[in-house]
Amino acid sequence: MRYAFWPGCVSKGACPELYESMILTSAKLGIELEELYDGNCTGAGVISEHEPELADALNARNFAMAQKMGLDLINICSTCQGVQSLVQEKLDRDEEYRAKINAQLAEEGLEYKPGLVIKNFMWVLAEDLGLDKLKEQVVRPLTGLRCGPFYGCYILRPSRILGMEEHPERDDYLEQIIAAVGAEAVEYEGKDKCCGFPILTNNRKNSLTQTGTHIHEAKNQGADCLVTPCPLCHLNLDAQQPSAAEVIERELNVPIIHLPQLIGLALGIDPDKLRMNRHVIGTQAVIDKVLAAVEA
Amino acid sequence: MDVRLKVKRQDGTQPDSSHYDEYTVEMPEGATMLDALLQVRDYEDGGLALRYSCRSSICGSCAMRVNGRARLACKTKASDMANGDEPILVEPLGNMPVIKDLVTDMEVHWDKVRRITPWLENSGPEPEREHIVMHETMVDVSNALSCIQCGACVSDCTVLEVDKHFIGPAAFAKAYRFVGDPRDDTTMDRLKALSSAKGGIWDCTRCNICVEVCPKDIRPMDRIMQLREQVVNAGVEGGIGARHGTAFAGSVRRTGRLDEVRLLPESVGMFNAPRLLKELPGAFRMMRAGKLPWKDTLPLFSKPIAGIAHVRRLFDNARSEKKEAKR
Ligand code: SF4
Ligand code: SF4
Ligand code: FES
Repeated sequence: MRYAFWPGCVSKGACPELYESMILTSAKLGIELEELYDGNCTGAGVISEHEPELADALNARNFAMAQKMGLDLINICSTCQGVQSLVQEKLDRDEEYRAKINAQLAEEGLEYKPGLVIKNFMWVLAEDLGLDKLKEQVVRPLTGLRCGPFYGCYILRPSRILGMEEHPERDDYLEQIIAAVGAEAVEYEGKDKCCGFPILTNNRKNSLTQTGTHIHEAKNQGADCLVTPCPLCHLNLDAQQPSAAEVIERELNVPIIHLPQLIGLALGIDPDKLRMNRHVIGTQAVIDKVLAAVEA
Repeated sequence: MDVRLKVKRQDGTQPDSSHYDEYTVEMPEGATMLDALLQVRDYEDGGLALRYSCRSSICGSCAMRVNGRARLACKTKASDMANGDEPILVEPLGNMPVIKDLVTDMEVHWDKVRRITPWLENSGPEPEREHIVMHETMVDVSNALSCIQCGACVSDCTVLEVDKHFIGPAAFAKAYRFVGDPRDDTTMDRLKALSSAKGGIWDCTRCNICVEVCPKDIRPMDRIMQLREQVVNAGVEGGIGARHGTAFAGSVRRTGRLDEVRLLPESVGMFNAPRLLKELPGAFRMMRAGKLPWKDTLPLFSKPIAGIAHVRRLFDNARSEKKEAKR
């Protein structure tokens, strides 16, 4: 399995632990990644607010680069997935519009042709690798670890552009993956809601109330940690968690694990190499529980 | 087919009265959730309160939560909602008080609609007969016009859950309908109000839930994004929300990538000391965790991608085209 790899800006910026754990985990799973070093930011839905056509052109540029390599595109960010799927739907549906965007890419020798396969790592695990294959490779089952899934809005909605008709279980993959690596998925209300990150600058109180509420709920349901395929959610859930705890006036202290880190732990990769030490909320309790399960 | 329902019951005047009742009713294939609930009310439990009228997704009165998502009961097939061994979960709309069982007090919603001046304002001379508008100019607002005020989007909006002042998806969609109407001559005032109001357009998180639940495909969030675009294009003061967008785009134009470190100070304002102070502990926490390498905190070192010239060209193309269009 080989993919053109779009790491997203956050995994190369404030969540370096996501990038590093993805590289190690994929290698172990036999997933080859050809990174789009020259790719550009998807705009995260922000650029499209004021300049939709520009955002489409920027994304088409990344798509065309993947196509030039003859590979499907993989990402490790719910937000990237949502933006990419939305742009792709527009471009694939409207030939005239596509031609207009392509005219701008031509100077760089790029052209986007409809039908590129774009998949988040979570989808790749469930659909391309297969959960049975994943299970086979688990050497350190995460027995007893209680994980709250946290999807991130854009990998779930709008469902009509996210292939949910063809793959109706896409809104359940996190739970399935958590089970496949031997851990237990915790049910709680906030799992498919908004982490609040997009309004952190504009309305800090609302944003942190959202984040804090979800974490608190999961904790009440007995979660040891949350697992997310979205680094932007991670920024709010992890880096802002102490502030969120202040805003909702509750104690939280729940580690937030990136999806590739969870897989990496189960594949037996050293937690330090997965950069589990690069979190604002310490992850030692999770590591201890995982290692204790192996010894038992 | 057997339809098994688990219905939330509640007397709004007695907050502790909420509980769930289960019913099983025999229904023909293709029966809607509304059909099943009416069967319950007519033959099982005459006390069940629900609201409906048209039975054909026109009046908007039968919105309720089914399996945790707001839907029109008359537009939802019971068979599509079946949960395997679990009964179908039926609850009243969220984000508003319950009067009884599945009937909510929509006043919360109407209050919000009133906040956006939901009528045409035109101070010009009265036309002799009607205002004539070109068909084409109404196409863009026609989608927002078909909102049936069912409140499904209001029920599930994630911001309303934490902030009752938020104007909310349905009222914003309605606002867009007037902003985009050529007969209205208060567009600038409307944009200013929507941008600066408490709970205004910049407070939407873009969670897409309203898009997902709307039975009429109004896509309220997209209308909010159009309002943001218009606010920016009209040069109306958009505050932190608008600056966030400008700073974001600026970062991508500069390096091809998003530079989170500069985004926050540029959005809240480089000289907004009280707010920046609030963010300092967070920034230190991140640095301590090794999440913000020191070299990236100095803009000098954020290196652009190799193809930055092409990225900038895309920016310039889009922007010069926009200027053209304005002229
Ligand atoms: S997209 Fe905005 S308006 Fe719509 S439900 Fe989410 S927060 Fe509310
Ligand atoms: S926008 Fe859609 S969901 Fe919201 S009130 Fe109107 S019709 Fe109902
Ligand atoms: S009864 Fe009128 S919309 Fe359902």
